[in-house]
Amino acid sequence: MSLDVGSIRKQFPIFQRETSPGVPLIYLDSTATSQKPIAVIEAMNEYYRRSNANIHRGVHTLAEEATAMYEGAREKIAKFINAPSAKQVIYTRNTTESINLVAYSWARANLKAGDLVILTEMEHHSNLVPWHMLQAERGIELEFIPVTEDGLLDLSAYKTLLNRTPKLVSFTHMSNVLGTINPAGEIIRLAHEAGAMTLVDAAQSVPHLKVDVQALDVDFLAFSAHKMCGPTGIGVLYGKKDLLEAMPPFLGGGDMIKEVKLRSFRANSLPHKFEAGTPAIAEAVGFGAAVDYLSSVGMDAISAYEHELTEYALERLIEIPGVRLFGPDAEKKGGVASFVLDSVHPHDVAQILDKGGIAIRAGHHCAQPLHEKFGIPATSRASFYLYNTKEEVDLLVNGIYKVKELFG
Amino acid sequence: MDDLYREVIIEHYKNPGYRGHLDPHDIQFEDNNPLCGDHIEITIQTDENEKVADARFDGHGCAISQASADLLIESIIGKPLDEVKQLNKDHILEMLGIELGPVRLKCALLSLKVLKAGVYGLGEASDDLVE
Ligand SMILES: Cc1ncc(COP(=O)(O)O)c(C=O)c1O
Repeated sequence: MSLDVGSIRKQFPIFQRETSPGVPLIYLDSTATSQKPIAVIEAMNEYYRRSNANIHRGVHTLAEEATAMYEGAREKIAKFINAPSAKQVIYTRNTTESINLVAYSWARANLKAGDLVILTEMEHHSNLVPWHMLQAERGIELEFIPVTEDGLLDLSAYKTLLNRTPKLVSFTHMSNVLGTINPAGEIIRLAHEAGAMTLVDAAQSVPHLKVDVQALDVDFLAFSAHKMCGPTGIGVLYGKKDLLEAMPPFLGGGDMIKEVKLRSFRANSLPHKFEAGTPAIAEAVGFGAAVDYLSSVGMDAISAYEHELTEYALERLIEIPGVRLFGPDAEKKGGVASFVLDSVHPHDVAQILDKGGIAIRAGHHCAQPLHEKFGIPATSRASFYLYNTKEEVDLLVNGIYKVKELFG
Repeated sequence: MDDLYREVIIEHYKNPGYRGHLDPHDIQFEDNNPLCGDHIEITIQTDENEKVADARFDGHGCAISQASADLLIESIIGKPLDEVKQLNKDHILEMLGIELGPVRLKCALLSLKVLKAGVYGLGEASDDLVE
Protein backbone atom coordinates (compact mmCIF):
# COMPACT_ATOMS: atom_id res chain seq x y z
CA MET A 1 0.00 0.00 0.00
CA SER A 2 1.38 3.39 -0.77
CA LEU A 3 0.52 6.91 0.24
CA ASP A 4 0.70 10.01 -1.87
CA VAL A 5 2.93 11.70 0.66
CA GLY A 6 3.48 14.72 -1.56
CA SER A 7 -0.19 15.61 -1.47
CA ILE A 8 -0.50 14.66 2.20
CA ARG A 9 2.25 17.13 3.06
CA LYS A 10 0.38 19.87 1.22
CA GLN A 11 -2.50 19.39 3.62
CA PHE A 12 -0.34 20.35 6.60
CA PRO A 13 0.23 24.11 6.53
CA ILE A 14 3.14 23.92 8.98
CA PHE A 15 5.33 22.30 6.34
CA GLN A 16 5.33 25.56 4.46
CA ARG A 17 7.38 27.22 7.16
CA GLU A 18 11.12 27.38 7.58
CA THR A 19 12.72 27.07 11.00
CA SER A 20 15.16 29.78 10.00
CA PRO A 21 15.62 31.53 6.63
CA GLY A 22 16.25 28.89 3.96
CA VAL A 23 15.93 25.96 6.37
CA PRO A 24 12.72 23.96 5.89
CA LEU A 25 11.11 22.12 8.78
CA ILE A 26 11.89 18.40 9.10
CA TYR A 27 9.46 17.28 11.77
CA LEU A 28 10.47 13.97 13.37
CA ASP A 29 8.69 14.39 16.71
CA SER A 30 5.17 13.12 16.09
CA THR A 31 5.36 10.75 19.02
CA ALA A 32 5.32 13.82 21.26
CA THR A 33 2.59 15.48 19.23
CA SER A 34 1.57 15.26 15.61
CA GLN A 35 1.11 18.13 13.18
CA LYS A 36 -2.39 19.18 12.17
CA PRO A 37 -3.94 19.04 8.71
CA ILE A 38 -5.82 22.05 7.37
CA ALA A 39 -9.11 20.14 7.71
CA VAL A 40 -8.70 20.02 11.49
CA ILE A 41 -7.61 23.64 11.81
CA GLU A 42 -10.49 24.79 9.60
CA ALA A 43 -13.08 22.70 11.44
CA MET A 44 -12.15 24.38 14.73
CA ASN A 45 -12.01 27.78 13.08
CA GLU A 46 -15.42 27.29 11.53
CA TYR A 47 -16.84 26.22 14.83
CA TYR A 48 -15.64 29.41 16.50
CA ARG A 49 -16.67 31.58 13.55
CA ARG A 50 -20.18 30.18 13.09
CA SER A 51 -21.40 27.92 15.84
CA ASN A 52 -19.72 28.79 19.13
CA ALA A 53 -22.08 28.26 22.09
CA ASN A 54 -22.14 26.21 25.24
CA ILE A 55 -23.49 22.74 24.70
CA HIS A 56 -26.45 20.81 26.15
CA ARG A 57 -29.39 22.49 27.85
CA GLY A 58 -29.38 25.48 25.47
CA VAL A 59 -32.28 25.61 23.04
CA HIS A 60 -31.11 28.34 20.73
CA THR A 61 -29.75 27.61 17.27
CA LEU A 62 -26.10 27.93 18.15
CA ALA A 63 -26.39 25.78 21.25
CA GLU A 64 -28.07 23.08 19.21
CA GLU A 65 -25.46 23.27 16.50
CA ALA A 66 -22.60 23.18 19.00
CA THR A 67 -24.15 20.21 20.80
CA ALA A 68 -24.66 18.35 17.54
CA MET A 69 -21.05 18.97 16.53
CA TYR A 70 -19.69 17.92 19.92
CA GLU A 71 -21.76 14.75 20.00
CA GLY A 72 -21.23 14.10 16.30
CA ALA A 73 -17.49 13.99 16.89
CA ARG A 74 -18.05 11.42 19.64
CA GLU A 75 -19.93 9.21 17.17
CA LYS A 76 -17.05 9.44 14.71
CA ILE A 77 -14.49 8.55 17.35
CA ALA A 78 -16.59 5.62 18.54
CA LYS A 79 -16.74 4.29 15.00
CA PHE A 80 -13.01 4.82 14.54
CA ILE A 81 -12.17 2.46 17.42
CA ASN A 82 -15.23 0.26 16.79
CA ALA A 83 -16.83 1.01 20.15
CA PRO A 84 -20.30 -0.58 20.44
CA SER A 85 -21.76 2.78 21.42
CA ALA A 86 -20.70 6.44 21.52
CA LYS A 87 -21.88 6.44 25.14
CA GLN A 88 -18.76 4.48 25.95
CA VAL A 89 -16.52 7.22 24.61
CA ILE A 90 -15.76 9.62 27.47
CA TYR A 91 -14.04 12.88 26.60
CA THR A 92 -11.11 13.76 28.83
CA ARG A 93 -8.22 16.17 28.46
CA ASN A 94 -5.73 13.54 27.30
CA THR A 95 -4.46 10.01 27.85
CA THR A 96 -3.07 11.01 31.22
CA GLU A 97 -6.45 12.17 32.46
CA SER A 98 -8.13 9.06 31.09
CA ILE A 99 -5.79 6.81 33.06
CA ASN A 100 -6.26 8.96 36.15
CA LEU A 101 -10.02 8.67 35.72
CA VAL A 102 -9.75 4.89 35.92
CA ALA A 103 -7.36 5.13 38.88
CA TYR A 104 -9.66 7.48 40.78
CA SER A 105 -13.05 6.21 39.90
CA TRP A 106 -12.82 2.52 39.05
CA ALA A 107 -9.79 1.61 41.15
CA ARG A 108 -10.82 3.46 44.29
CA ALA A 109 -14.17 1.70 44.16
CA ASN A 110 -12.73 -1.73 43.41
CA LEU A 111 -9.24 -2.09 44.84
CA LYS A 112 -8.23 -2.49 48.43
CA ALA A 113 -4.96 -2.92 50.33
CA GLY A 114 -2.94 -5.83 49.03
CA ASP A 115 -4.69 -6.00 45.63
CA LEU A 116 -2.27 -6.42 42.78
CA VAL A 117 -1.99 -4.18 39.72
CA ILE A 118 0.35 -5.34 36.95
CA LEU A 119 2.11 -2.68 34.87
CA THR A 120 5.17 -2.99 32.62
CA GLU A 121 8.70 -1.63 32.70
CA MET A 122 8.09 0.31 29.49
CA GLU A 123 5.29 2.53 30.75
CA HIS A 124 5.03 6.26 30.24
CA HIS A 125 4.94 8.16 33.54
CA SER A 126 1.21 8.67 32.97
CA ASN A 127 0.63 4.94 33.50
CA LEU A 128 2.95 4.76 36.50
CA VAL A 129 2.38 7.75 38.74
CA PRO A 130 -1.42 7.38 39.15
CA TRP A 131 -0.75 3.84 40.43
CA HIS A 132 2.08 5.02 42.71
CA MET A 133 -0.38 7.52 44.15
CA LEU A 134 -3.00 4.85 44.67
CA GLN A 135 -0.38 2.60 46.24
CA ALA A 136 0.48 5.33 48.75
CA GLU A 137 -3.19 5.93 49.50
CA ARG A 138 -4.57 2.40 49.45
CA GLY A 139 -1.66 0.06 49.88
CA ILE A 140 -2.26 -1.72 46.57
CA GLU A 141 0.66 -3.71 45.23
CA LEU A 142 2.43 -3.13 41.94
CA GLU A 143 4.33 -5.58 39.79
CA PHE A 144 5.94 -4.99 36.43
CA ILE A 145 6.22 -7.16 33.34
CA PRO A 146 9.96 -7.01 32.56
CA VAL A 147 11.32 -5.66 29.30
CA THR A 148 13.85 -7.86 27.53
CA GLU A 149 17.18 -6.62 26.16
CA ASP A 150 15.66 -6.32 22.68
CA GLY A 151 12.78 -4.23 23.95
CA LEU A 152 9.95 -6.74 24.16
CA LEU A 153 7.70 -7.62 27.07
CA ASP A 154 8.70 -10.86 28.76
CA LEU A 155 5.44 -12.76 28.41
CA SER A 156 6.56 -15.82 30.34
CA ALA A 157 7.32 -13.59 33.33
CA TYR A 158 3.86 -12.09 32.80
CA LYS A 159 2.25 -15.51 32.95
CA THR A 160 4.00 -16.17 36.25
CA LEU A 161 2.77 -12.86 37.65
CA LEU A 162 -0.77 -13.78 36.66
CA ASN A 163 -0.66 -16.65 39.17
CA ARG A 164 -0.88 -13.99 41.85
CA THR A 165 -4.44 -13.12 40.75
CA PRO A 166 -4.04 -9.45 39.85
CA LYS A 167 -7.10 -7.19 39.79
CA LEU A 168 -5.88 -5.06 36.89
CA VAL A 169 -3.33 -5.29 34.10
CA SER A 170 -2.52 -1.84 32.69
CA PHE A 171 -0.03 -1.55 29.84
CA THR A 172 0.99 0.47 26.84
CA HIS A 173 -0.07 -0.79 23.43
CA MET A 174 2.95 0.82 21.82
CA SER A 175 6.01 2.13 23.64
CA ASN A 176 6.79 5.78 22.99
CA VAL A 177 10.52 5.09 23.43
CA LEU A 178 11.18 1.62 22.05
CA GLY A 179 8.36 1.70 19.53
CA THR A 180 7.48 -1.86 20.56
CA ILE A 181 3.96 -2.86 19.58
CA ASN A 182 2.84 -5.15 22.37
CA PRO A 183 0.59 -8.14 21.68
CA ALA A 184 -2.37 -6.44 23.32
CA GLY A 185 -4.94 -9.07 22.38
CA GLU A 186 -2.94 -11.85 23.99
CA ILE A 187 -2.08 -9.82 27.10
CA ILE A 188 -5.75 -8.99 27.57
CA ARG A 189 -6.92 -12.56 27.01
CA LEU A 190 -4.46 -13.89 29.58
CA ALA A 191 -5.47 -11.18 32.04
CA HIS A 192 -9.14 -12.07 31.65
CA GLU A 193 -8.39 -15.76 32.15
CA ALA A 194 -6.72 -14.79 35.42
CA GLY A 195 -9.77 -12.73 36.38
CA ALA A 196 -8.17 -9.30 35.95
CA MET A 197 -9.48 -6.15 34.29
CA THR A 198 -7.41 -4.48 31.59
CA LEU A 199 -6.48 -0.91 30.74
CA VAL A 200 -4.61 -0.13 27.55
CA ASP A 201 -2.61 3.07 27.11
CA ALA A 202 -3.28 3.54 23.42
CA ALA A 203 -1.71 7.00 23.14
CA GLN A 204 0.73 5.70 20.52
CA SER A 205 -1.34 2.95 18.93
CA VAL A 206 -4.63 4.60 17.98
CA PRO A 207 -2.80 7.26 15.92
CA HIS A 208 -0.79 4.71 13.95
CA LEU A 209 -2.64 1.38 13.83
CA LYS A 210 -6.16 0.21 13.33
CA VAL A 211 -7.40 -0.37 16.88
CA ASP A 212 -10.65 -2.28 17.43
CA VAL A 213 -11.74 -2.22 21.07
CA GLN A 214 -14.21 -5.06 20.59
CA ALA A 215 -11.71 -7.33 18.88
CA LEU A 216 -9.23 -6.58 21.67
CA ASP A 217 -11.97 -7.17 24.26
CA VAL A 218 -10.25 -4.45 26.32
CA ASP A 219 -11.99 -3.07 29.41
CA PHE A 220 -10.56 0.46 29.31
CA LEU A 221 -8.58 2.21 26.59
CA ALA A 222 -7.04 5.68 26.69
CA PHE A 223 -5.73 7.98 23.95
CA SER A 224 -5.14 11.65 23.05
CA ALA A 225 -6.30 13.64 20.02
CA HIS A 226 -3.10 15.63 19.71
CA LYS A 227 -1.01 12.63 18.70
CA MET A 228 -3.42 11.74 15.87
CA CYS A 229 -3.64 14.97 13.88
CA GLY A 230 -6.13 16.51 16.31
CA PRO A 231 -5.86 19.39 18.77
CA THR A 232 -4.33 19.41 22.24
CA GLY A 233 -6.64 19.51 25.25
CA ILE A 234 -8.86 16.55 24.42
CA GLY A 235 -8.56 12.80 24.76
CA VAL A 236 -10.76 9.78 25.26
CA LEU A 237 -11.41 7.07 27.77
CA TYR A 238 -13.23 4.14 26.23
CA GLY A 239 -14.73 1.66 28.68
CA LYS A 240 -17.02 -1.35 28.71
CA LYS A 241 -20.54 -0.22 29.41
CA ASP A 242 -21.24 -2.20 32.57
CA LEU A 243 -17.96 -1.04 34.10
CA LEU A 244 -18.54 2.62 33.30
CA GLU A 245 -22.10 2.43 34.57
CA ALA A 246 -21.03 0.90 37.88
CA MET A 247 -18.26 3.42 38.45
CA PRO A 248 -18.77 6.45 40.67
CA PRO A 249 -18.38 9.81 38.94
CA PHE A 250 -14.94 11.42 38.69
CA LEU A 251 -15.18 15.22 38.90
CA GLY A 252 -18.34 16.78 40.24
CA GLY A 253 -20.14 19.81 38.84
CA GLY A 254 -22.35 20.89 35.96
CA ASP A 255 -23.29 18.51 33.14
CA MET A 256 -22.42 15.35 35.05
CA ILE A 257 -25.69 15.40 37.00
CA LYS A 258 -29.28 14.40 36.43
CA GLU A 259 -30.55 16.29 39.41
CA VAL A 260 -29.04 18.33 42.23
CA LYS A 261 -30.59 19.03 45.62
CA LEU A 262 -29.03 21.22 48.24
CA ARG A 263 -27.61 18.20 50.02
CA SER A 264 -27.38 15.57 47.29
CA PHE A 265 -27.13 14.81 43.58
CA ARG A 266 -27.94 12.07 41.13
CA ALA A 267 -25.29 11.38 38.54
CA ASN A 268 -26.04 11.73 34.85
CA SER A 269 -26.02 8.77 32.51
CA LEU A 270 -23.11 7.86 30.25
CA PRO A 271 -21.06 9.49 28.89
CA HIS A 272 -21.96 12.75 30.64
CA LYS A 273 -21.48 11.30 34.11
CA PHE A 274 -17.74 11.68 33.61
CA GLU A 275 -17.76 15.05 31.85
CA ALA A 276 -18.17 17.73 34.50
CA GLY A 277 -18.16 21.38 33.51
CA THR A 278 -17.91 23.03 30.11
CA PRO A 279 -15.77 20.72 28.02
CA ALA A 280 -13.31 21.39 25.18
CA ILE A 281 -15.99 21.84 22.50
CA ALA A 282 -13.92 23.21 19.63
CA GLU A 283 -11.33 20.56 20.39
CA ALA A 284 -13.95 17.83 20.16
CA VAL A 285 -14.95 19.20 16.77
CA GLY A 286 -11.29 19.18 15.74
CA PHE A 287 -10.93 15.62 17.07
CA GLY A 288 -13.85 14.53 14.88
CA ALA A 289 -12.19 16.18 11.87
CA ALA A 290 -8.91 14.41 12.68
CA VAL A 291 -10.63 11.04 12.75
CA ASP A 292 -12.30 11.84 9.42
CA TYR A 293 -8.95 12.81 8.01
CA LEU A 294 -7.16 9.64 9.16
CA SER A 295 -10.05 7.49 7.93
CA SER A 296 -9.96 9.14 4.53
CA VAL A 297 -6.27 8.30 4.18
CA GLY A 298 -6.86 4.83 5.67
CA MET A 299 -5.26 3.46 8.82
CA ASP A 300 -3.97 0.35 7.07
CA ALA A 301 -2.24 2.46 4.45
CA ILE A 302 -0.77 4.70 7.17
CA SER A 303 0.59 1.72 9.14
CA ALA A 304 2.07 0.13 6.05
CA TYR A 305 3.75 3.33 4.95
CA GLU A 306 5.16 4.03 8.41
CA HIS A 307 6.48 0.52 8.58
CA GLU A 308 8.35 0.97 5.31
CA LEU A 309 9.76 4.28 6.49
CA THR A 310 10.81 2.87 9.86
CA GLU A 311 12.53 -0.08 8.24
CA TYR A 312 14.50 2.33 6.07
CA ALA A 313 15.34 4.63 8.97
CA LEU A 314 16.61 1.80 11.18
CA GLU A 315 18.72 0.49 8.33
CA ARG A 316 20.30 3.89 7.73
CA LEU A 317 20.81 4.73 11.40
CA ILE A 318 22.49 1.47 12.32
CA GLU A 319 25.08 2.11 9.60
CA ILE A 320 26.36 5.14 11.49
CA PRO A 321 29.37 4.22 13.65
CA GLY A 322 28.65 4.99 17.30
CA VAL A 323 24.86 4.84 17.02
CA ARG A 324 23.15 2.45 19.42
CA LEU A 325 19.47 1.87 18.72
CA PHE A 326 16.91 0.79 21.31
CA GLY A 327 13.90 -1.42 20.82
CA PRO A 328 13.04 -4.35 18.57
CA ASP A 329 13.50 -4.53 14.81
CA ALA A 330 11.04 -2.93 12.42
CA GLU A 331 8.78 -6.00 12.30
CA LYS A 332 7.76 -5.53 15.91
CA LYS A 333 7.57 -1.81 16.21
CA GLY A 334 5.98 1.43 15.09
CA GLY A 335 7.62 4.54 13.71
CA VAL A 336 10.01 5.32 16.54
CA ALA A 337 13.82 5.29 16.47
CA SER A 338 15.44 6.01 19.83
CA PHE A 339 19.22 6.03 19.93
CA VAL A 340 22.34 7.26 21.63
CA LEU A 341 25.38 8.47 19.73
CA ASP A 342 28.81 7.75 21.22
CA SER A 343 29.04 9.78 24.39
CA VAL A 344 27.34 12.85 22.94
CA HIS A 345 24.47 13.95 25.15
CA PRO A 346 21.09 13.69 23.40
CA HIS A 347 20.45 17.36 24.10
CA ASP A 348 23.48 18.26 22.05
CA VAL A 349 22.39 15.92 19.26
CA ALA A 350 18.93 17.47 19.19
CA GLN A 351 20.23 21.01 19.36
CA ILE A 352 22.65 20.58 16.48
CA LEU A 353 20.03 18.82 14.36
CA ASP A 354 17.67 21.70 15.09
CA LYS A 355 20.08 24.06 13.39
CA GLY A 356 19.37 22.08 10.24
CA GLY A 357 15.63 22.37 10.82
CA ILE A 358 15.39 18.79 12.08
CA ALA A 359 13.07 18.43 15.07
CA ILE A 360 13.73 15.34 17.17
CA ARG A 361 13.25 14.88 20.91
CA ALA A 362 15.94 14.33 23.51
CA GLY A 363 15.53 13.23 27.09
CA HIS A 364 13.83 10.43 28.96
CA HIS A 365 10.53 10.90 27.09
CA CYS A 366 8.54 10.52 30.32
CA ALA A 367 9.84 6.97 30.72
CA GLN A 368 12.60 7.34 33.29
CA PRO A 369 12.43 3.79 34.69
CA LEU A 370 12.83 2.36 31.18
CA HIS A 371 15.95 4.44 30.61
CA GLU A 372 17.31 3.36 33.96
CA LYS A 373 16.76 -0.24 32.91
CA PHE A 374 18.95 0.33 29.87
CA GLY A 375 21.50 2.22 31.97
CA ILE A 376 21.24 5.55 30.20
CA PRO A 377 19.88 8.89 31.41
CA ALA A 378 18.46 9.94 28.07
CA THR A 379 18.03 9.07 24.41
CA SER A 380 17.53 10.94 21.16
CA ARG A 381 14.29 9.98 19.48
CA ALA A 382 13.18 10.43 15.89
CA SER A 383 9.60 9.46 15.16
CA PHE A 384 7.62 9.20 11.97
CA TYR A 385 4.08 9.77 10.78
CA LEU A 386 2.21 9.70 7.52
CA TYR A 387 3.75 12.97 6.33
CA ASN A 388 7.42 12.01 6.72
CA THR A 389 9.63 10.87 3.86
CA LYS A 390 12.78 8.88 3.16
CA GLU A 391 14.47 12.13 2.12
CA GLU A 392 13.87 13.40 5.64
CA VAL A 393 15.44 10.25 7.06
CA ASP A 394 18.48 10.91 4.85
CA LEU A 395 18.71 14.46 6.17
CA LEU A 396 18.55 13.11 9.71
CA VAL A 397 21.39 10.72 8.97
CA ASN A 398 23.49 13.51 7.44
CA GLY A 399 22.75 15.65 10.47
CA ILE A 400 23.99 12.93 12.82
CA TYR A 401 27.24 12.77 10.87
CA LYS A 402 27.61 16.51 11.42
CA VAL A 403 27.16 16.01 15.16
CA LYS A 404 29.89 13.39 15.09
CA GLU A 405 32.19 15.78 13.30
CA LEU A 406 31.65 18.54 15.81
CA PHE A 407 32.12 16.32 18.85
CA GLY A 408 34.51 13.83 17.27
CA MET B 1 25.39 25.65 14.27
CA ASP B 2 28.51 27.62 15.16
CA ASP B 3 26.58 30.21 17.12
CA LEU B 4 25.35 27.78 19.77
CA TYR B 5 28.32 25.45 19.81
CA ARG B 6 31.01 28.11 19.87
CA GLU B 7 34.51 26.85 20.09
CA VAL B 8 34.80 27.92 23.71
CA ILE B 9 31.92 25.62 24.64
CA ILE B 10 33.20 22.60 22.74
CA GLU B 11 36.68 23.22 24.11
CA HIS B 12 35.60 23.43 27.75
CA TYR B 13 33.33 20.43 27.27
CA LYS B 14 36.03 18.25 25.74
CA ASN B 15 38.94 19.44 27.84
CA PRO B 16 37.64 20.81 31.10
CA GLY B 17 40.25 22.41 33.36
CA TYR B 18 38.37 21.99 36.59
CA ARG B 19 36.74 18.61 36.49
CA GLY B 20 37.31 16.67 39.68
CA HIS B 21 36.47 16.40 43.34
CA LEU B 22 38.34 18.12 46.19
CA ASP B 23 38.95 16.18 49.38
CA PRO B 24 38.96 17.61 51.95
CA HIS B 25 36.54 20.39 51.07
CA ASP B 26 34.68 23.09 52.98
CA ILE B 27 31.66 23.23 50.71
CA GLN B 28 30.01 20.46 48.71
CA PHE B 29 26.71 20.39 46.86
CA GLU B 30 25.15 18.42 44.01
CA ASP B 31 21.94 18.42 42.03
CA ASN B 32 20.26 17.10 38.88
CA ASN B 33 18.34 18.61 36.05
CA PRO B 34 15.33 16.31 36.11
CA LEU B 35 14.47 17.06 32.49
CA CYS B 36 17.57 15.49 31.04
CA GLY B 37 19.40 13.81 33.86
CA ASP B 38 22.31 16.26 33.86
CA HIS B 39 24.20 16.02 37.12
CA ILE B 40 26.66 18.48 38.70
CA GLU B 41 28.63 18.26 41.92
CA ILE B 42 30.77 21.14 43.12
CA THR B 43 33.41 21.01 45.86
CA ILE B 44 35.15 24.11 47.24
CA GLN B 45 38.05 24.80 49.58
CA THR B 46 37.93 28.21 51.21
CA ASP B 47 40.77 30.18 52.83
CA GLU B 48 40.89 32.17 56.08
CA ASN B 49 39.63 35.29 54.28
CA GLU B 50 36.44 33.56 53.14
CA LYS B 51 37.67 33.36 49.61
CA VAL B 52 37.50 30.43 47.19
CA ALA B 53 40.97 28.88 47.44
CA ASP B 54 40.19 26.09 45.01
CA ALA B 55 37.14 24.46 43.43
CA ARG B 56 36.16 21.59 41.15
CA PHE B 57 33.05 20.27 39.46
CA ASP B 58 32.07 16.74 38.57
CA GLY B 59 29.12 15.21 36.81
CA HIS B 60 27.72 14.41 33.41
CA GLY B 61 25.38 15.98 30.92
CA CYS B 62 25.19 17.97 27.73
CA ALA B 63 27.96 20.19 26.42
CA ILE B 64 26.20 23.34 27.59
CA SER B 65 25.83 22.15 31.19
CA GLN B 66 29.37 20.81 31.46
CA ALA B 67 31.06 23.74 29.71
CA SER B 68 29.12 26.20 31.87
CA ALA B 69 30.28 24.41 34.98
CA ASP B 70 33.91 24.52 33.88
CA LEU B 71 33.73 28.21 33.00
CA LEU B 72 31.98 28.97 36.25
CA ILE B 73 34.55 27.21 38.42
CA GLU B 74 37.35 28.96 36.55
CA SER B 75 35.68 32.30 37.24
CA ILE B 76 35.25 31.90 40.99
CA ILE B 77 38.68 30.75 42.09
CA GLY B 78 40.19 33.50 44.22
CA LYS B 79 36.86 35.30 44.62
CA PRO B 80 35.33 36.17 48.04
CA LEU B 81 32.31 33.98 48.85
CA ASP B 82 30.24 37.13 49.25
CA GLU B 83 30.93 37.95 45.64
CA VAL B 84 30.10 34.41 44.53
CA LYS B 85 26.73 34.76 46.25
CA GLN B 86 25.92 37.71 43.99
CA LEU B 87 26.50 35.87 40.71
CA ASN B 88 23.44 35.55 38.50
CA LYS B 89 22.51 34.10 35.15
CA ASP B 90 24.03 36.99 33.21
CA HIS B 91 27.41 35.90 34.46
CA ILE B 92 26.98 32.50 32.83
CA LEU B 93 25.47 33.84 29.63
CA GLU B 94 28.29 36.35 29.25
CA MET B 95 30.88 33.61 29.54
CA LEU B 96 29.05 31.35 27.11
CA GLY B 97 28.46 34.24 24.75
CA ILE B 98 25.24 32.77 23.35
CA GLU B 99 21.52 33.15 23.70
CA LEU B 100 19.57 30.20 25.02
CA GLY B 101 15.93 29.17 24.96
CA PRO B 102 14.17 28.24 28.21
CA VAL B 103 15.01 24.52 28.04
CA ARG B 104 18.72 24.91 27.42
CA LEU B 105 18.92 27.76 29.91
CA LYS B 106 18.23 25.22 32.64
CA CYS B 107 21.22 23.18 31.46
CA ALA B 108 23.44 26.27 31.45
CA LEU B 109 22.37 27.40 34.92
CA LEU B 110 22.54 24.06 36.72
CA SER B 111 26.12 24.62 37.92
CA LEU B 112 25.36 28.12 39.19
CA LYS B 113 22.34 26.79 41.06
CA VAL B 114 24.47 24.09 42.67
CA LEU B 115 27.23 26.57 43.48
CA LYS B 116 24.93 29.06 45.16
CA ALA B 117 23.01 26.45 47.12
CA GLY B 118 26.37 25.20 48.41
CA VAL B 119 27.80 28.61 49.25
CA TYR B 120 24.62 29.69 51.01
CA GLY B 121 24.54 26.37 52.83
CA LEU B 122 21.02 25.52 51.70
CA GLY B 123 19.41 22.12 51.95
CA GLU B 124 17.95 22.28 48.47
CA ALA B 125 18.80 24.09 45.24
CA SER B 126 15.92 26.22 44.06
CA ASP B 127 15.51 27.87 40.67
CA ASP B 128 15.05 31.19 42.46
CA LEU B 129 18.80 31.22 43.12
CA VAL B 130 19.56 31.87 39.47
CA GLU B 131 16.71 34.13 38.40
C1 LIG C 1 2.68 5.84 25.55
C2 LIG C 1 2.17 7.16 26.05
N1 LIG C 1 1.30 7.19 27.05
C3 LIG C 1 0.79 8.33 27.52
C4 LIG C 1 1.15 9.54 27.01
C5 LIG C 1 0.58 10.76 27.61
O1 LIG C 1 -0.21 11.45 26.70
P1 LIG C 1 -0.80 12.85 27.09
O2 LIG C 1 0.36 13.72 27.44
O3 LIG C 1 -1.52 13.31 25.86
O4 LIG C 1 -1.70 12.64 28.24
C6 LIG C 1 2.06 9.57 25.97
C7 LIG C 1 2.50 10.86 25.41
O5 LIG C 1 3.64 11.22 25.38
C8 LIG C 1 2.58 8.35 25.47
O6 LIG C 1 3.47 8.35 24.47
